[in-house]
Amino acid sequence: MTAVVASRRVAGGPGGLGHGAAVVVALTRRGMARMVARPALVIPTLVMPLFFIVSFTGAFSSLTRLEGYGASNVYDWMAPYAALQGSVFAGIGGAASAADDIENGFFDRLLLSPGSRLPILLGTAAYSGLRSFIPTTAVLLVSWMGGLSLRGGPLGLVCLYAATVGMAVVFCLLGLTFAYRMRTVRSMMLVQVVGFSSMFMSTGQVPLHFMEGWLRVVAGVNPLTNVLQFARQGFLGPLAWSTTWPGIVALVTMVVVTGMAAGRSLGKIAP
Amino acid sequence: MMAGPGLALAVRQTIELARRSVLTERRQLLNVLPGLVFPLLLAAVYSRQFSRALAMPGFPEVDSFLDFILPACIVQAVSFGATAAGTELALDIENGFFDRLIASPVARFPILLGRLAGASLVAAIKAAILVAVFLAFGAEVKGGPAAVLVIMAVAALLVLAIGGVGQVLAIRTGSQEAVAATFPLVFVGIFMSSAFFPTALMSGWFRVVAENNPITWVIDPTRRLVIAGWSTGDAIQAMAVPAAVTLVTVSLAILALHRKLGRP
Repeated sequence: MTAVVASRRVAGGPGGLGHGAAVVVALTRRGMARMVARPALVIPTLVMPLFFIVSFTGAFSSLTRLEGYGASNVYDWMAPYAALQGSVFAGIGGAASAADDIENGFFDRLLLSPGSRLPILLGTAAYSGLRSFIPTTAVLLVSWMGGLSLRGGPLGLVCLYAATVGMAVVFCLLGLTFAYRMRTVRSMMLVQVVGFSSMFMSTGQVPLHFMEGWLRVVAGVNPLTNVLQFARQGFLGPLAWSTTWPGIVALVTMVVVTGMAAGRSLGKIAP
Repeated sequence: MMAGPGLALAVRQTIELARRSVLTERRQLLNVLPGLVFPLLLAAVYSRQFSRALAMPGFPEVDSFLDFILPACIVQAVSFGATAAGTELALDIENGFFDRLIASPVARFPILLGRLAGASLVAAIKAAILVAVFLAFGAEVKGGPAAVLVIMAVAALLVLAIGGVGQVLAIRTGSQEAVAATFPLVFVGIFMSSAFFPTALMSGWFRVVAENNPITWVIDPTRRLVIAGWSTGDAIQAMAVPAAVTLVTVSLAILALHRKLGRP
């Protein structure tokens, strides 16, 4: 229905660029409207990162006393981690709403509409990216009360929001890969395990040189470590290109890989 | 009051319902696995990233972070299954099995205690498995086999304590979803305790919350049994706290059942 309405509003054929963009916008608006209508959907996205920031900064505040930790205030280190964790949940939440559409039949109606399938994917990803603003902003507000400093200036905030939006899109696309194949909301459990574990095995809580053995190797090659450095840099000091480009490359690569995987899964159920 | 033969029958019924509960868990291994895998992942990561913290003033003397975190992982593993006693009861209410039990000549208490006893047994087994894995990776329980038995008893008692709350909710709401919603609260409770870092190294309001958290009162003596050695006082404290909470929560569950059955 959303796609059909969108096609009516836009001039040009159903396969055109304008039509595709309208479907993306309509699906994004539908997702946001659903969130407004059912605020309970936002609670996990909001509560979990807030819980992380409170518990991690509370339990591990003394780590800043260790030489070489990299931050004098624990919020400077943990806030970007909690925000990224929240955006992972936001992305999975976006994919879960698509899985819900598959279960309740709305997705079949979407497939009946003419035009390319790509906007369906992009619309859900865009909605997830927008959704990530909620946990990121909430974590920032709580962290500022705890003394979070923005040493890198406003551009540091831009880096954080870019990283969180990117992570939400990546985990939404990963979620869609599973959702289109398994056709159930339950498949999101698997994505949550992947998201939580991969965040956990990065430099989320301590710097890389604090780690030992296998964890140091895994965290070193984990692309989320690069994303974290990119997101965190504005809170630890001035921005540097050497910490910016690896994060951007990691995000773009993950978006492309998960996007292709989601596209293939979508192609299987809607050739 | 239950007479001799009546009591024996109630015990037999409790054992039978406990057996059913254990079989349910065994058949749903996928539900049991997160309770083992997640705490092990946590231990594997934390032991490799917090080793520098062991030298901090205020950190208890331990050979490795693995020894320090062992009790926390047991509590976390147990918390995954603790709500199962409540959710299973809610499922029984939802699918009508509870009504059939009530209509049958089964005594009232075994309906609650059977479920809890089954979950409790599974928790003790989980604790034993986790201790064995920790020992295989180099951890040491300085309190010896007696301390391991106390750890298993603590795990079993914690399930009774948390499961009791789940059963109250199950009886009052009859909804699995409502009972499952208590799990995040337990999760938050664990993180806001001395589970992963000593309270001596915390500060502000978080330290006050952690020091007054009953989970800290369980974890600290259990941890001393692991890292310092056997102490009868610590063993009693570790078991007394969850036992006291169990007394309250199971009594509340029994009261809730009486109220439910008292309704026309």
